[in-house]
Amino acid sequence: MQRLRLALVPILACLFVLASAQVQAKLTIEVTGGVEGAQPVAVVPFGDIDGARPTVDLAKVISDDLARSGRFRSMPRSEMLSMPHRQDEVDFREWQLLGMNTLVIGEVSPAEGGGYGLRWSLFDVFTGNKLASDSLRSTERGLRNAAHRISDQIYFTLTGERGVFATRLAYVTSRSRSADARVILRVSDSDGFNPQTIVDSAEPIMSPAWSPDGQRLAYVSFEKRKPAIFIQELTTGRRERVASYDGINGSPAFSPDGRKLAMTLSKDGGPDIYVMDLASKQLTRLTDHYAIDTEPAWSPDGSHIIFTSDRGGRPQIYRVAASGGPAQRVTFEGDYNAAASYSPDGRSMVMVTRIGGQFRVVVTDANGGSRRLLSNGALDESPSFAPNGSMVIYASQNNDRGVLSVTPIAGGSGQRLSQESGEVREPSWSPLVP
Amino acid sequence: MIERPLPLLLVAALALSACATKTAPPTPDRPSAAELNAMNGRTGVDTAPIRPVERSPLDDPSSPVYRKVIYFDYDASEIKPQYADLLRAHAYYIFNTPGVQVTLEGHSDERGTRAYNLALGERRSQAVQRFMVAEGAPSERLSTLSYGEERPADPRRSEGAWQQNRRVELVYTD
Repeated sequence: MQRLRLALVPILACLFVLASAQVQAKLTIEVTGGVEGAQPVAVVPFGDIDGARPTVDLAKVISDDLARSGRFRSMPRSEMLSMPHRQDEVDFREWQLLGMNTLVIGEVSPAEGGGYGLRWSLFDVFTGNKLASDSLRSTERGLRNAAHRISDQIYFTLTGERGVFATRLAYVTSRSRSADARVILRVSDSDGFNPQTIVDSAEPIMSPAWSPDGQRLAYVSFEKRKPAIFIQELTTGRRERVASYDGINGSPAFSPDGRKLAMTLSKDGGPDIYVMDLASKQLTRLTDHYAIDTEPAWSPDGSHIIFTSDRGGRPQIYRVAASGGPAQRVTFEGDYNAAASYSPDGRSMVMVTRIGGQFRVVVTDANGGSRRLLSNGALDESPSFAPNGSMVIYASQNNDRGVLSVTPIAGGSGQRLSQESGEVREPSWSPLVP
Repeated sequence: MIERPLPLLLVAALALSACATKTAPPTPDRPSAAELNAMNGRTGVDTAPIRPVERSPLDDPSSPVYRKVIYFDYDASEIKPQYADLLRAHAYYIFNTPGVQVTLEGHSDERGTRAYNLALGERRSQAVQRFMVAEGAPSERLSTLSYGEERPADPRRSEGAWQQNRRVELVYTD
């Protein structure tokens, strides 16, 4: 017995280390900025039918999602006077007196053949009207995602804007900024849960980019002590090295139909923009200039590509047809504009600009006009739109540490995503997957 | 890039020795002709006397090829005049040392976007490569690699750290 106990100590210690590594790996999300206009909502703990005992507190996931958006204020459970699970158990006057506008109730039951059945309803507390309701099935592992999908439906019903709770984030992380720190490419749920390591390397990893179906990531890895572009399937981990030419192999970007990959290669001289047909691996060169051409991004209709070039002396955004041809300059305001990408509707762009020696994120119209500042840091970079187009995610610094920031285009409260320690950078938001 | 190794090398060596004999004190920045000759003698195949302790000039703090990093101005890839002699000494050493390969690793500071900085690091390493080839280093023994801002020499966030990070490192391999 004594011996067994002694043997258990190192095992427990190992488990503890693993568990704490997991905790450290998870992104923590804080709401930043004012939440004055936040609407009060109550998400009642889901009823447990026939001993379903789900391993996830679905109501908590949903209420945290809604609160994180900054548009809602979730009622603490301790303030609830009753916990109804069905419409006929709801006393709407009680919720009115508690100052709620909307109420979410639901139930979980064991599903035939395994997994769970989920039923939920959303009510207007003043009229007692049912605003939305649905039922869905989920596996054990899919429970958090099912809760995020419910959040998406609730969010859409109440705001008219698509929710992005059931999406994922890719990001690069390291213990510190120093050159010897390991670099890890991770994917997590949009709330920071379920962090999954995609690559873990002693050498730099850069530029993660999602495929339009959300199944694959393209990224740049220096693991062989030179940069190469890989495409990796997330579920199987299977990956393919698609570009490892002499010089730079960088900035991969999937075309909207997922069949092509734009990239920066310097194999023929200076860095230029190329498009690779992923089936044939055939390359088409889109730019041919001794200046730096890099950071390609597709228009949502796939017709053209915008990129950064310093052919005019300073980095500015240019556009070129996806089939090739002359490039046209897009941005004229400011002496450093780079890393531009489109909103999902193609009407706006976000990019990094230099203002008074500070690097900040701006949003512009599709022609580079109507510039508006979205961030106020000194080293903000890697901006891109959330897949619903209502928010922008970018990398910034907080207390000298790399964090991710989410800012709604229309203003209002944002989010800060950080790890308990270490650096987070180069965020990329997954597409909306049906 | 036009390659003209030998004639230019001779010109460079002559220019260096001429200049050195007149004025230059032997500092690490500015190798004297004597130093270059000594180095040449040591790396020569037949004529050099066998010494009890063989130390590569690359590891010898008094050697003109001891220093292997040069620094750049912000957002610039022009080689500053104060590094010309150092790069000439390396070009000369590489020319005279069969088998050595050098990777020119270009780096940037963290300001600006990562992909643009990757390109800037490459531009710096190529500027060094062009200079060294013009000074006689065989082009097939030089390769370039950019790490952009991903591998800072000093990860701190200050003007001083950024200066240390805007660099090209000459990494020798056998």
